Amino acid sequence: MNYIDPHIHMVSRTTDDYMRMAHAGCVCITEPAFWNGFDRGSVEGFHDYFLQLTEYEPRRAGRYHIDYYSWICINPKEADDPVFAREVIAIIPEFLDSPRVVGIGEIGLNKNTKNELMILEEQIALAEKYDQLILVHTPHLEDKLKGTRLIMDAIRSFSGINPDKILIDHAEEHTVVEILDRGYWAGLTIYPNTKCTPQRAVDIIEIYGPDRIWVNSASDWGHSDPLSVPKMRFEMKQRGHSQEMIEKITYRNPIEFLSQSEKFRYVYE
Amino acid sequence: MKVLTHNTLKSQDVIDRYFLEHRAKLIDLAAFLDRLDRTCDHDIAASDYRIAALFRALNVLSDGRTNRAGRVLEIFSDKMTELPQSANGAKSATGAAREEGDSR
Repeated sequence: MNYIDPHIHMVSRTTDDYMRMAHAGCVCITEPAFWNGFDRGSVEGFHDYFLQLTEYEPRRAGRYHIDYYSWICINPKEADDPVFAREVIAIIPEFLDSPRVVGIGEIGLNKNTKNELMILEEQIALAEKYDQLILVHTPHLEDKLKGTRLIMDAIRSFSGINPDKILIDHAEEHTVVEILDRGYWAGLTIYPNTKCTPQRAVDIIEIYGPDRIWVNSASDWGHSDPLSVPKMRFEMKQRGHSQEMIEKITYRNPIEFLSQSEKFRYVYE
Repeated sequence: MKVLTHNTLKSQDVIDRYFLEHRAKLIDLAAFLDRLDRTCDHDIAASDYRIAALFRALNVLSDGRTNRAGRVLEIFSDKMTELPQSANGAKSATGAAREEGDSR
């Protein structure tokens, strides 16, 4: 059965991972721009990274019959220097025309600072101006609850932003209800130690229902697992969930959300 | 938000499938606390804000109320309302927030 991993950082992964994901049924991925583990020292560094996300990586994925899309932004971990962040924001529009870019992301907060919040608001304004989908990164661990609420309050101040077009990612048990209640989509990330296990992700779906939720690996350069979505699918199967339900969460829901971008051309198989 | 109860499993299925895994996790936690006790400065370690939060969270497990996972996550969450201007280079989170009365 086919699945989509709608949040994964393949620039940090090996070609062997593409092969294993394809063998497990992965047919499509989206890759948000993120922090590569170190702060880039120049706008040119971001320009090259955005070229990698829009030109090189789609070809690499294509060799494994995986349809590839990306999101462009300056991530919250590098957004704490507003002067530099604004220089990066200035080059984002030229990439929004790429046929592989489905929106602005992953924007959000990391340590919940005023500087990060200011740059978040400027990127929400960019998404509003160019009518883009938004993928939101919520902070880690103790910063998540406060940061998720700050982000949702910031988005609410933009009257031209439709919550249907925003997915708030890395939700957990203490944030998912507010995200869904405010009309956004929620993302559950299967990630060792710091986010959800496959079991907890399935618990959340059982408790709050399968609508407006997607599941991803957010697999990157750290301790993470590019096969965590199929492992979560297996957990659902072991609990007796129907193939239809498994397909809804890991295939049809991502398609439903991403199809709001005219660039997203993946079709049901 | 309406909470659904469409879990397809019976309680015996859940216990049979998950008991050993969570028994092991509980023993891991006990061994971690024993490891702390054996440190040369264990009296200081015991007052660490993360360990204090851990003990607050343990109370949730046996209070008989539901949404334990969400309530444990809230205990570990930062409840301060003010925002710093900058993180001054800090990138990572520690897993728990200092609360009033935490000594370290």
